[in-house]
Amino acid sequence: MARITAGVGCSHVPAIGVAMDTGITEQPYWKPLFDGFTKSREWMKENKPDVIFLVYNDHCTAFDASCIPTFALGCAAEFTPADEGWGPRPVPVVKGHQKLASHIAQSVILDEFDLTIMNEMEVDHGLTVPMSVMFGEHGVDDEWPCLVVPLAVNVVQYPAPTGRRCYNLGKAIRRAIDSYPEDLNVMIFGTGGMSHQLQAERAGLINPEWDKRFLDYMATDPEAAANITHLEYLRETGSEGIEMVMWLVMRGALDEKVTEVHRHYHVPASNTAVGHIILENHA
Amino acid sequence: MRDEKDYDDIPGTFVFDADRSREGYHLNQFCISLRTQKARDAMKADPEDYMSRFPMTEDQKQAIRDRAWNRLLELGGNIYYTSKLAAFDGITFQDLAAMMTGVSRDEYRDMMLHGGRPIEGNRSKSEWEKK
Ligand SMILES: [Fe+2]
Repeated sequence: MARITAGVGCSHVPAIGVAMDTGITEQPYWKPLFDGFTKSREWMKENKPDVIFLVYNDHCTAFDASCIPTFALGCAAEFTPADEGWGPRPVPVVKGHQKLASHIAQSVILDEFDLTIMNEMEVDHGLTVPMSVMFGEHGVDDEWPCLVVPLAVNVVQYPAPTGRRCYNLGKAIRRAIDSYPEDLNVMIFGTGGMSHQLQAERAGLINPEWDKRFLDYMATDPEAAANITHLEYLRETGSEGIEMVMWLVMRGALDEKVTEVHRHYHVPASNTAVGHIILENHA
Repeated sequence: MRDEKDYDDIPGTFVFDADRSREGYHLNQFCISLRTQKARDAMKADPEDYMSRFPMTEDQKQAIRDRAWNRLLELGGNIYYTSKLAAFDGITFQDLAAMMTGVSRDEYRDMMLHGGRPIEGNRSKSEWEKK
């Protein structure tokens, strides 16, 4: 049977991808950020997922304003890195697990979560940056070490789905994966955040106390995190901090009690507070 | 016209909700079109002709000509779209943020290196009015 062994929370700032693609990760600005992922990369090697269920958002790249699905599941055989205005990132094409994706779609929709099915989709930095930070540099001609089932969540046009809705969707995804017959080691990633505001006069807002409490909630009190309102995200973490609802999909798919194996928090990456946590399910 | 929203009290912020999305639709579609090299070439060759392919309001077109980044948000633009116009100009996300907050790029970069804009004093409009 397939099983979810662990969850990873991770920011997906575009500048992190640029730093890796241009080989400047050892510079003083970037080094402390990347040092926090050294342990994560070792842990990924030891724990070798077959598939990552990766929750992220598209930043008006693959989806334009004409169609805004709240939850869109990537069911394609592969997903090409998108051109976000300065050429596509030089990273491998992302390969899907089509059979698992269709199984999840069927299970989750019958579980009353009305997903949009994407049979073609390009992926932007929201998906490729977490892959890069967790697996290290991989060039266009390499292959990612595992397959990916992407879930794109609308967090751009207000309102995003509530944290509670995301948390419950995570539980439905857990039920779907638990009922998949093939033996698979599945990890789930929740990406985006942490506090940041990219727009208008309040741009640059960072709220480290709030972020650290959110990381605590991820480890030990997901119910408290699921109760956070949209107004609180917007006010306390900046207009783009609302991306953190995507971490709740990840958390919902894990056991109620988990083991925290690693945590990292760093300010800044460009305009953003970077947060990262690794949580293991008990076998 | 927009109804009053509970988040209207947050200072220096345009929450991109369904009302703004409606008003900014063609503006945002214009911005995202610049994602392809072909469109970027056309925009470079003749900006007025390229803009005329999108039924935007005159105010929106003027804000594009002026690169009035906050005004674009006020007219229904969303930052992830307007950042594509900025990328067309060769402006990074961080430099765009500096422009929107009205400080130099060095000043903004320095603020971020020192922990960013603090939450204290930046939660509600009444706090900004006191300044
Ligand atoms: Fe994002």
